[in-house]
Amino acid sequence: MNARLADRLATVFFWLGAVIIILLLAALVGYLLFQGGRWLDPGFITRPPENLKAGGGVGPQLFNSFYLLFLAMLFTIPLGVGAGIYLVEYAGKGDYNPAQDLPQGKKATAFLLGVINLSVETLASLPSIVVGLFGLLAFVVATGWGYSLLAGALALTVLNLPVMVRISQEALQTVSGDLKEASLALGASRWETIWKIVLPAAFPGLVTGAIITAGRVFGEAAALLYTAGMSSPMLDFGDWNPLHPNSPLNPFRPAATLAVHIWKINSEALIPDIRRVADGSAALLIIVVLVFNLLARWFGRYLYRRMTAS
Amino acid sequence: MRRGTGPMTAARRRQLYREYVGKSLTFVCAATLIGITAAIVVFIAMQGLSTFVVNHIDPWRFLFSTAWQPDLPHEEGGPLVGTLAFTIGSVSVSLLAVLIGGPLSVVAAVFMVEIAPAWGQRLLQPAIEILAGIPSVVYGWIGLSVLVPFLRARLHTLGFSLLAGCLVLAIMIIPTVVSLSADSLRALSRDLKEAAYALGSTRWQTISRVLLPAAGPGILTAIVLGLARAFGEALAVQMVIGNTRSIPTSILSPMTTLTSAITMDMGYTIPGTPWNNALWSMSLLLLLITFGFIILIRLIGRRRAYR
Repeated sequence: MNARLADRLATVFFWLGAVIIILLLAALVGYLLFQGGRWLDPGFITRPPENLKAGGGVGPQLFNSFYLLFLAMLFTIPLGVGAGIYLVEYAGKGDYNPAQDLPQGKKATAFLLGVINLSVETLASLPSIVVGLFGLLAFVVATGWGYSLLAGALALTVLNLPVMVRISQEALQTVSGDLKEASLALGASRWETIWKIVLPAAFPGLVTGAIITAGRVFGEAAALLYTAGMSSPMLDFGDWNPLHPNSPLNPFRPAATLAVHIWKINSEALIPDIRRVADGSAALLIIVVLVFNLLARWFGRYLYRRMTAS
Repeated sequence: MRRGTGPMTAARRRQLYREYVGKSLTFVCAATLIGITAAIVVFIAMQGLSTFVVNHIDPWRFLFSTAWQPDLPHEEGGPLVGTLAFTIGSVSVSLLAVLIGGPLSVVAAVFMVEIAPAWGQRLLQPAIEILAGIPSVVYGWIGLSVLVPFLRARLHTLGFSLLAGCLVLAIMIIPTVVSLSADSLRALSRDLKEAAYALGSTRWQTISRVLLPAAGPGILTAIVLGLARAFGEALAVQMVIGNTRSIPTSILSPMTTLTSAITMDMGYTIPGTPWNNALWSMSLLLLLITFGFIILIRLIGRRRAYR
């Protein structure tokens, strides 16, 4: 076989691979939207689920998913961005002065950096079920909260933190060194430079990254089964006092999310219309994931254009 | 500049104070990462070791026996908590998934970087991102409602099988492997490609003899990470593999994995019983395997010659 023919064949082969993946995605998303989209009406989205009869909705589950996501991001974003700032701006270099610093000092920071990186790597590759079990021990049993939104949010934070740290690192690293040096040369301290120069410049990247991670944990279930629980109390959507047990905002109540609900009705539910509820919930999840993806792209581009005036 | 030179004004003092607070706060955030990791290891290890410390199970038999009767009373020789069937299930389903999904992903990554960068960037990249965003229960649900009935009708078997599990996982690992392989291909210096073309190579020769070998360690890392993801996936697998506690004899037989056994039984067993403790030991095993994957990736990373 001559080289040119082999090249042609290989090109066809590579095209084939790419086309298979695109078709797979189109088939998956198309099937889910078509199959589940039929059931998406205002009633399905707002009604509470039924235990035995057909016709239940996923209202509380949908609310729980968003509320849990909100709580989780409340912890994840500050911690992740903070750790990212430390790793990019402080660790390893600091205001290191060769005339003053002892060699051990530098070795110690390098060691610390190694340990932090190993931790991030470990957290990033932990199976989510292990994170969920850790959550069961640390946030459900040890704190005495029981299955609760807060325990679920903390478990999601553990799951999400490594991704957020890496994203913040990337976003902060793209800020040009000239900007920082100009700011430092004008007499600003390192922290002032970070707060007033680096963070605003990295903002579009941080926002895009945060939305993408949000989309990923929105559908998380394995880490939530044994932390946020698989059931919800009767929610009273007229009561928004976070301290009342039936208030939707109470962070200490158990809360099944949409993804957990799909798993639960398939493993133990008695309702006759499992197919309808699961298809509808899956379509809802996909729609939210698609919206998060588009939002991240659009918002990132919008912020970038506004802040760079281009 | 040496610290402490210049007049100490109130503004300067405030600046230094803020600097100190800011640096400490971000350090606390970074240290939290270490704290969480250490806490996970300690908590899971403490629970997981009780099988061996409290229930006096021989670790060797825990790992290499297939006898699983955790509720057998002590008088009859129980409890028997051999997890070999689970481990073999996990290993076989994830290895097969990587065998199917891995090559396809590498092909797509090469396509994205070398064959059609513009087209790949505009269509394939978002497709991969959306594929990565689809929740694992949704993959499981599609497996359960489409793939399993299909296999049942076509092959006249149960449908719940090793095959169903590895097909679902193969699709789930595609985004991980594609994006990481594409990154390592993009990171290659242009010189390599240009030198190959200048020597008269066709595109296929350049890809197969220069670019893929040069990006080899990176691609291998991507595949190992895909394997790790498949190994740790719980719900999607649990929904389609049938969950029978036996070693799979063929690709069509139902089986079980470490993650799916933990997911199914953790809620139904009473804390402190040998059964429950065995589940925690299996979680510890998962944790140790995760560390194994990390070590493997570091070893591969050390071999990277071209950047």
